[in-house]
Amino acid sequence: MPGQSTDSSLISLLAEYGKERENLIPLLQEVQERFQFLSPEAVRAVADHLDLSENDVYGVATFYAQFRFVPPGLHHIKVCEGTACHVRGSDHILEAVERSIGIKPGQTSEDGSYSLERVACFGSCALAPVVVVDDKVHGRMTGNKTQKLIEEEE
Amino acid sequence: MSFQTIQQQAKTEWELFDRPDRFRILVGSATCGRAAGSQEVIEKFREELANRHLLAETDIYEVGCLGLCYAEVLVEIQGKDGRRILYQSVEPRRVADLIDAQLVQGGIYEPLAMACTQSETDTSIPAFSDLEIMQSQVRIVLRNCGIIDPTNVEHYIARGGYSGLARALQMSADQVIEEIQQSGLRGRGGAGFPTGMKWSFARRTESDRKYVICNADEGDPGAFMDRSVLEGDPHAVLEGLLVAGYAIGADTGYVYCRAEYPLAIERLQQAIVQMHEKGLLGANILGSNFSFSIKIKKGAGAFVCGEETSLMQSIEGKRGMPRSKPPFPAVSGLFEKPTNINNVETLAAVSAIMEKGAAWYAGYGTEKSRGTKTFALAGKITRTGLIEVPMGISLRTIIEDIGGGVLDGKTFKAVQTGGPSGGCIPAQYIDLPVDYEHLAEVGSIMGSGGMIVIDEASCMVDMARYFLTFTENESCGKCVPCRMGTQHLLNILTDITQGKGKPEHLDTLRKIGATMKNGSLCGLGQTAANPVLTTLTHYEDEYLEHIDNLKCPAGACRSLIHFSIDAAQCTGCGACSRACPVDAISGTRKEPHAIDQQTCICCGSCRDACKFEAVLVS
Ligand SMILES: Cc1cc2nc3c(=O)[nH]c(=O)nc-3n(C[C@H](O)[C@H](O)[C@H](O)COP(=O)(O)O)c2cc1C
Ligand code: FES
Repeated sequence: MPGQSTDSSLISLLAEYGKERENLIPLLQEVQERFQFLSPEAVRAVADHLDLSENDVYGVATFYAQFRFVPPGLHHIKVCEGTACHVRGSDHILEAVERSIGIKPGQTSEDGSYSLERVACFGSCALAPVVVVDDKVHGRMTGNKTQKLIEEEE
Repeated sequence: MSFQTIQQQAKTEWELFDRPDRFRILVGSATCGRAAGSQEVIEKFREELANRHLLAETDIYEVGCLGLCYAEVLVEIQGKDGRRILYQSVEPRRVADLIDAQLVQGGIYEPLAMACTQSETDTSIPAFSDLEIMQSQVRIVLRNCGIIDPTNVEHYIARGGYSGLARALQMSADQVIEEIQQSGLRGRGGAGFPTGMKWSFARRTESDRKYVICNADEGDPGAFMDRSVLEGDPHAVLEGLLVAGYAIGADTGYVYCRAEYPLAIERLQQAIVQMHEKGLLGANILGSNFSFSIKIKKGAGAFVCGEETSLMQSIEGKRGMPRSKPPFPAVSGLFEKPTNINNVETLAAVSAIMEKGAAWYAGYGTEKSRGTKTFALAGKITRTGLIEVPMGISLRTIIEDIGGGVLDGKTFKAVQTGGPSGGCIPAQYIDLPVDYEHLAEVGSIMGSGGMIVIDEASCMVDMARYFLTFTENESCGKCVPCRMGTQHLLNILTDITQGKGKPEHLDTLRKIGATMKNGSLCGLGQTAANPVLTTLTHYEDEYLEHIDNLKCPAGACRSLIHFSIDAAQCTGCGACSRACPVDAISGTRKEPHAIDQQTCICCGSCRDACKFEAVLVS
């Protein structure tokens, strides 16, 4: 995580990018990919690198749903809420997940093992309803199957 | 390198793809194929082939999406006899049988065989093009998807790729624009603006710098056409982008692709490297004085960034908010320079048109809507998938012939087109020709191509509420009509679905909808009320049932329904109580069960689990 110890890797990451504003979003994306979330220190470093105010960087980062400001859980669960998944019952799946791990979308469980996110379409609508766990796409899900999947991860 | 030399090389490489002395296995491995387990299937093929000492004489390729998503994992096996068989729903446990049946014994593995795909007819099995799902389709944009190795530029070139660009470079920019105008191509991103005309505006603006952008944001939740094309045939899109760049006089292109499509982004990156290697990108492309470079930008999860002015803000590293037009992007767009933006599918059609000519393309479709359109067919339909049809084809052909009708023999209620900007077309219009004009006539839009089939179990008020949840969440908040309008619409719709609706609500919905249409800054707000307005037009009685009688006729709105068990039908098998997530169902084995109404959360799991239709909704 980008605390004192990882500063050097953050610095070397920043060094790969020019100072143009155009690099702001790609830079935030790479920071998040590397460190899982955008910490206050990381935001400050990005702002410094691009000569922008922290406010400006937060303004952009909070506009986009992709960016997180708290660390995700060990397992990150994404439930599709797109149209195809909706008509095939995705809200039951979301509820089943909420029940079995006790958190709402946008939250991370207290022990840090799970986080939950709602996504509008993965583009795998033909396999609706779709659940993505740690970047693996699972198609034709039901509430019960999802619950089992989560139990297996434990 | 001259283009002839490049083509010659590609031809040689293509011949290696189809060798009589080797076995060949193609596995559909786009995102949908992977979700269905294609990687595990490939692993298993390697293992079983090795067991039989056949691995050394077999080539295994990962290909894009053939569009038959319901039948994934799709595998095509070609033996040394040249016979090519397409198998559906392949699971790892069937792989050994497939190999033995076709590659060892020279027959066909009947249980999973779907069609033959070689050019010669095979009397024992139907040809791929004769399948009911394929008969009415015309594949122009999807010409290579599932057929070539998308990571190999030689395959694309061998099948005619980049000859359109080579031809364009021999023509003047104005001639290229004229050709696209003649083809009648209209933008496939939603609005249907004539592509050639749009190019001519950007061409006419004088500037030291111009840009072209490929819009691959595909934000409509329930659409995956652009993803499939990018994953299955990235060069078709990039070639179109080059042609657009040449036509308007741009030297830089951007592809703005949504971050939820990691495989598409990977394919684009690979494709760009290969283009450089072939001299199809960089300085003096194919020896001409046209130079071009392409950058890929990942979206960051904002629907409004599909809107062109927001998208450009996003590329510039800002909050993706739209601005008022004019000035149009053709005059002042990205970095305030003249910019042309087109959708993925539009550009994939451009490369085909440049290769085969405007007249050929214009030969498909209707007078005002030329060519073909891809649709992502999903929802309650038997054969979900990606299809491409000539414009003007009837909804009935799409839903019944290609899609195989409504899932589980249920009754067809409506089809939703155009996503959050579109509307629901009711069953009575099933013979409607699908083109821009006819869809608009019934209050919907073509949109980008999402087509969600809805059956009797879906409530239209709930559908409207669903879309408003989406647009309310995605509204960027810059203009008041959209920000406040989506909130009000959503609140009212939520009230109605919870039995708190009032008769005057319907009028209020219509009024807010009209205000949003007239007053919003961008297309998001201007069209966000469409799902409400079209369902109000076609399903007012369903709204009234909720308001006046506190009933949801479809049995979908949970505040208005309750579940019970029909003792006469219940066999006491216990499937329902096992499925119930909150343990609301009890009963002795082989005796009728009962649902505790206090505990029940109306999730419907018991109804899905029951094989005897003993769970009643009222
Ligand atoms: C809210 C909103 C979202 C949009 N999303 C997309 C999209 O995901 N993909 C797309 O190609 N066009 C989208 N558009 C349309 C674009 O603004 C633009 O018209 C289109 O990219 C032009 O390309 P075309 O002429 O080839 O259709 C959207 C428009 C609006 C108002
Ligand atoms: S609607 Fe869920 S994957 Fe598209």
